[in-house]
This record gives sequence, structure tokens and C-alpha cells, in this order.
Amino acid sequence: MSTQETHDHGHGDGHAHEPQSFLSKYIFPLDHKMIAMQYLFTGMAMALIGGFTVYVFRMQLAFPGAHVPGFGMVSPDRYNMLVTSHGTIMIFWVAMPVLIAALGNYLIPLMIGADDMVFPRINRLSYQIFLLSALVLISSFFVTGGAFGGAWTAYPPLSARGDYNATGLGSSLWLVAVALEFVAFLLGGINFITTAMNARAPGMKLTDIPMVVWMIVLASIMFMASVGPLVAGAIMLLFDQQLGTAFFDPNRGGDPVLWQHLFWFFGHPEVYVVLLPAMGIVAEVITTFARKKLFAYKTVLYTAAATGIIGFFVWAHHQFIAGIDPRMASLFTITTLIISVPVAEMLFVYIATLYGGSIRLTTPMLWALAFIAEFLLGGVTGIFLGAAGSDIYFHDTYFVVAHFHYTFFPIAFIATFAAITYWFPKMFGRMMDERLGKIHFWITIIAFNFIFIPLFLTGAAGDHRRIYNYQHFPEQWTPTLQNLRILATYALLVMIAAQVIFFVNFFKSLKSGPKAEKNPWKANTLEWVAPSPPPHGNFEEMPTVYRGPYEYGHPDRELDYWPQNEPA
Amino acid sequence: MMVKPLATNRSSSGMSTGKLAVWWLIASEIVIFGGVLASYLMFRLGHPEWGAAASHTNTWAGALNTMVLLTSSLSAVLAHQAAEQGDGKKAARFLYFTVLGALMFLVIKSFEWTHEIGLGFTLQSGGFWSFYYLAAGIHAAHVIAGAIIMIWVAAYAKRNEELQRVEYIGIYWHFVDIVWIFLFPLLYIAK
Amino acid sequence: MSHSEAAHPHTNYVKIWGILVVLLIVSILGPELGHPVITLVTAFGIAFVKAYLVAMKFMHLDREPKFVMYFVATTLAFMALLFAGVAPDVMLHDGKNWDHSAAKQVVETGQALQGEGQGH
Repeated sequence: MSTQETHDHGHGDGHAHEPQSFLSKYIFPLDHKMIAMQYLFTGMAMALIGGFTVYVFRMQLAFPGAHVPGFGMVSPDRYNMLVTSHGTIMIFWVAMPVLIAALGNYLIPLMIGADDMVFPRINRLSYQIFLLSALVLISSFFVTGGAFGGAWTAYPPLSARGDYNATGLGSSLWLVAVALEFVAFLLGGINFITTAMNARAPGMKLTDIPMVVWMIVLASIMFMASVGPLVAGAIMLLFDQQLGTAFFDPNRGGDPVLWQHLFWFFGHPEVYVVLLPAMGIVAEVITTFARKKLFAYKTVLYTAAATGIIGFFVWAHHQFIAGIDPRMASLFTITTLIISVPVAEMLFVYIATLYGGSIRLTTPMLWALAFIAEFLLGGVTGIFLGAAGSDIYFHDTYFVVAHFHYTFFPIAFIATFAAITYWFPKMFGRMMDERLGKIHFWITIIAFNFIFIPLFLTGAAGDHRRIYNYQHFPEQWTPTLQNLRILATYALLVMIAAQVIFFVNFFKSLKSGPKAEKNPWKANTLEWVAPSPPPHGNFEEMPTVYRGPYEYGHPDRELDYWPQNEPA
Repeated sequence: MMVKPLATNRSSSGMSTGKLAVWWLIASEIVIFGGVLASYLMFRLGHPEWGAAASHTNTWAGALNTMVLLTSSLSAVLAHQAAEQGDGKKAARFLYFTVLGALMFLVIKSFEWTHEIGLGFTLQSGGFWSFYYLAAGIHAAHVIAGAIIMIWVAAYAKRNEELQRVEYIGIYWHFVDIVWIFLFPLLYIAK
Repeated sequence: MSHSEAAHPHTNYVKIWGILVVLLIVSILGPELGHPVITLVTAFGIAFVKAYLVAMKFMHLDREPKFVMYFVATTLAFMALLFAGVAPDVMLHDGKNWDHSAAKQVVETGQALQGEGQGH
């Protein structure tokens, strides 16, 4: 090993000066930062599609039967398609690529002081498979019968037979797209794990690794350990659809509940797969802007690991009314309530980190604080759904919808905005506009709460989530409930409109924002040692690590921060 | 030829990067096969009538294939031994022998399947046969992928290049062998 | 070229292969005795022994750092968890206050057909 480490201290731009054509730099790059950008922009484009679908079906719910501008009339089967696509796209093609793939690719090598991922070509292949999966999904909108409309959970028997769901080809393309996407993230995940395990800068101990890197790696391990049965299940469902097997057909000896188990064995850990990176981002942002050491580094690490492990023991709480064994339901209720402990502990550590800090309310800090507040609401409302008794009432109502949006929106958007506004100076070498950033923040957060608080109420009043026109249900078609639905839709329109501010800010700053220095936030981690934006090869001189990532406000020092690479 | 990043040659964990990645790949494969086999096992235990279907499988073909895979595993590990001694040519010869084993495995498998399909046992002939073709099919896909990668690794090894890859593909190959070691009793012996 | 056998104790791979082949023969002959317990032990017990030998001696799991063993064992444990969590619903066809009539029917029809087949 020592012979390999000797040439490690040289200049890291060994292959930075090769002339690069447009194709090899932007289309088929090997550089981890460019691949991260590909993931980020693909994720953002998919978010626009996912946002458009929600605009259309929320309009239908507020004004049933009306002509939706930009789409037209919404028929029941189109409504199903839109809802299914919204769920699938937002989780698999927005949250996963942006939080795990884009940020993981960008941050892991920079934050551990490496010049690239350990397998650049596998990294590139991973993005290409991901892009292919997105194209397959989009193509399913244009085939006979249209895109799959059987909900993003794809329960058989509805999903298993073309003559049940009327989208014979669409549902198969959906499965193929999802399976390809899993392959892409498996390749990417193995790369992340191996890079973080093996390519750390000299001197970087396990407890010197920035929290966000730990979280992305733990998330990748969880993803890898949970997705296998669903890959197998996807093949089985595809066989059921196209080859006439009977894995999930109860009349011929199959069992539809098996799919639900295989799906949620992955599906619930998946929540933590996207939660952990978000928690990591928040840890980086609040320590930087509270100018304080993370309150309990090891506690966060152990609770994250505990979340990862307990996360495997809770999946059947999605199936309380699916006819699962009641004894199992009691067990899964207990484990579900237990998992709130480590997650709450992480939030407490973050709040304790803020205590007594010199807090700077920059845009990324606002997003990070909002994450803690909003995710807390999502977690607390989950307790009603984790307990089998109350879940029997709440199951498949808008209460569930509001609950998981209170968890997923903070994860997929609030934390992502925190990350983008925080690392933008590093990614593009320019500062974002703080004023526009804050306007965008406040409108988005207020509108978000006005969308989902009304939905908690309609859900508690019995609104079922798979209904496309409440006029057919007189007891739900009351003025109060309908006004709440309209309120949610208006708030959604405001929130979507507010994203224009983000895009204006993003592209304006990209072009003409003030130049960013190497370390604009005065943070400690290694990515701030590299130039902004970092060249191919990342560092001018490969860094060596001397201390942990959160040494802010050390009493013996004049400066209130202490970069990880600075010799004592 | 791509210049490898410095990161690829570091090994903070004390294990070479390629080998570490292969082991993580195997961990992810364990859960894929684990999903199939766990599902099969619970169906098989809940459906005693599948025994009748299982009795039509050819134990001798399965046993012969186990033998072929065990032998190919031996030559894969001998290739690794040769690579450790720096003898790329010898390593490549053993790898080609392993590929030959993969081909034999697939030939035996295709005769077996042709015979069974001829008797009318297809994917649609009920739960057992669905799982039979599914599990063995996914396994066969891994055999094909392994054989292709092995030919590629052998082409480099012959020129004494990238000899560490001989070990990596070997580890993967032994994993494919282990999966078959479990598939054999599950599909052929339990009747 | 330097020899690295010094670092790795020389394993007689052909001998391991020989043991594997003997085990294979035992696992084929076991069921011929017709006793279910012997079949179980020779078929599945031996499969575990074979897998152990291949993992330790061919994949050199015994030489690798311990953490490799731990994460491989963890994925195996998760598969046991999957089985334990799913089997009560899919493997069993009835329980307290519930029964899976479609599955029971399939089993009955299947066994009736089987009985007929033996009758002829």
C-alpha cells in the first residue's frame, strides 16, 4: 500500500490538460462533477414533468370536469396515468438522481479529498443507463393505451394483466424503466461506497468524514441491500404481464400479497435512502451557518446506522389492510414506532447544534431550518399511520398523502434547495442572489403548508386518495371540503409559479453572478479547498487531513473555522 | 486507454478497490437471488402439490451441470493462482478453460430445457415451472455475462496486463457457482 | 516476477475440488435412500457445506478483511428477515381469523390431480 500512496501527494491534475472535445466533456464525460451535473439537470427536467402532472390532476380535483389549460379534459384513465406518473417520477427520477446520484457524485470525491470516483467509466455508464430509463418511461406516454395508471406501487392483479389495466404495453415499459433505473443506481451506489471506503485523503479517519458523505454511503448500502427482491419481483411481474406466468395470480397458485411484500421491502427502506442524504446536507449547512461544531457527531452516525437497520424491519406497515397476518401487524406497529426514536434523535442533535451558535440566516440556512421544522411535522403525523389500529381508518386517505408529502417534500425539495444554494458557488464558481433566494424560499414554504394542511383535513374527513371526481360522492361533496381542495390547488399554483424565481435566480447567477472565492462560507470541509469551480482532477495539491470536519469556533484560534487540511 | 484517477489506486480500507467493488456487487446479487429463492421457498413449502411437477426434472442433468460448474470454478481459482505468480499466459489459458465450462453448462441446460418444453412443461405450466425457468434463467444470464467478461479479462491477461482482474472475475464466477449449488437441491432434488 | 505464495499459504485447490465432487455425489445418492430427514440433510446440509468451502477456499473469504464477511452476512440475514416477514402471509394458507381460500383450492385441485395420476 505504501508504494501506492507515495505518488498520491503530487499534483492532482495528472489528466486535466488533455484537450477535450465538446462530446467528451459534456456528453460522455468521465469527470465526476460533469456526471453530477448531468444527473442534476436530468432530475430538474424530470421535476418539471412531475410538476406538470400534479398541476393537471390537482386542477381536476378542484374543478372537476373543467378544461385544464395546457392539457384539456381529464378523463378517469388519464387521471390515473397522471397520478401514477407523478409518484413514480418524483421518487425515482427526481429525488433519487438529485439527492443520491448528483450530490453523491459531486460531493464524495471532493469532500474526501480524491481526484475522481474510483471507477469513472462505471460512473458514466450508470448515468447512461439512468438516462435510458428516463427515456423508456417518457416513451410509455406515447404508446397505445398510454402510460401505466396502476399507482406507483403497481399492485397486482391490476398491474399484472393488460386486460385489467388497459395499458398492456405502458405497464411493461414502466417496469422496464424502473428496473433499468435500479441497475443504474446499483452501479452508482457500488461506486460511491467503494470510493468513500478506499479513496479517502491521507489522514482522514472514519470520524473525519463529513456527515453528508457518510449519509450518502449509508443510503447507498441500504438501497443495495433492499432493492434485490424488487428487481426479482419486477422480473416476475413482467413475466406475468407478457409471458402469462402466474406468480401473482391467486387463481393459479400465485399470491398478489407477495408483490406488496417485495415492493415495500424495498419501498420503505427507500424512504430512508432519500432521507439520510437530506439529513447529511442539513448537518453540513447548519454547522457552517451556526459556526458551531456538530453537537454529537458519533450520535448522528450511530442513529443514522440504526435508522438504516431498523428501516428494514418496518415495511409491512404499508399493508395493514392488505390482509396480512394480524400478529405480524402488531410486530410491524412496534418496529414502526421504534424507528421514530433514532430519527427524532438526529433532529434533536441538529437543534442542539443551533443552540448558542452565531446563526447566519443565509438562504441555504433558511432551507435547512425549514427542513427540520417541516420534516418534524411529517414524522409526527406518521405515528397515526404506523399504528395498525388508526391506520385502518386513515389508510389510502388524503391524510396519508399529506403525511408522506410532509416527509418527501422536505427531503426531495427543501433539502435539495439547501444543497443547491449552499454548493452553487463551488459548482459554478459564482454566488447566487440572496434576495431572490429568500423570496423563493418564503413563497415556496408558505405555499407548501397551504397545500398539505388542507389535505390533512380532507383526509381526516374521509377523502379517499384514488378518486378523480368527488361529485360522485355526495357525502364528500360538501362546500367545506371542496373549498379545502380548491385552497390546496391554488396554493399549488402559487408554489409552482414560485419555482420560476428559482430558475431565474439559478440561470442568472450562472451567467452573471458575482465571482465566488474558494471558500465563500468559511467552511471546513475539503471541497472548499479546491478552486471554484474545481478543474478536472479537483485539487491544485492533493490535500491531507488533520482534523474532523466541524471545528468551528475553536477557543485557541483567532479564526472561527479550522479547515480539515490545515496542519496544526 | 484511460488514465486511471489517483483515487482508483488508493486503499484506505486495506483492500484493493476492484476487489472491494466485486464484493459489494456480490452483496447486491445475493439480495436479487435471495428475493427469488425466498419467494420460491415459501411457495414450495405452502404447495405440496408442486412435488409432482418437480419430479419431472432431470436430476442427472442438474448433477452434471453442478459438476461442470465446480470444475470451472477450480480452473478459475487456478487462473487466479497463475496470475498471482505473474504468469498471464497460463492465467488466460485457465480462464479460457473456465469459459469452456460455461459453454458446456449452457449446452447441457439448453438440451434439458428443449426436452422439458417438448414434454409440455413451459413457463405457463404452473407455479413450479414458472419458478424453475425464472431462477435457472436469471442464473444462466449471470453465466453468460460472466463468460463474456472472462473472455475480455483473458485477452488482457494474455499480454500480462491488468492481472488483478483475473481474481475479480474469479470471485464473481465462484459466486455464480454457489448460487447453482443452492439451485440444484432446490429445483432437482426436493421432490 | 516475485512469488506471492509466501504471503498466502498455498492451498491445494485440486484437493478442495475433490472434496466438493465427493459431496456432490453424496447429495445425489442421499435421496435414493428415501428417508425425508436424510434427503434434507444430504441435499441442503451439504449445499451449505459446499457453499462454505467455495466461499472460503476459492473466493478466499478467509483471507479478506473481516468487514467483507460482515456485510455479506448482513445481506444474508436480511434475506432471512424477508422470508420471516413474508412467509406468514404467503406460505401459510390460514391463521387466526383468516384463511386464503384461493390458495387452498389450488393445493386441493393439485393434489387431486396427483392422486388421479398415481391411480392410473
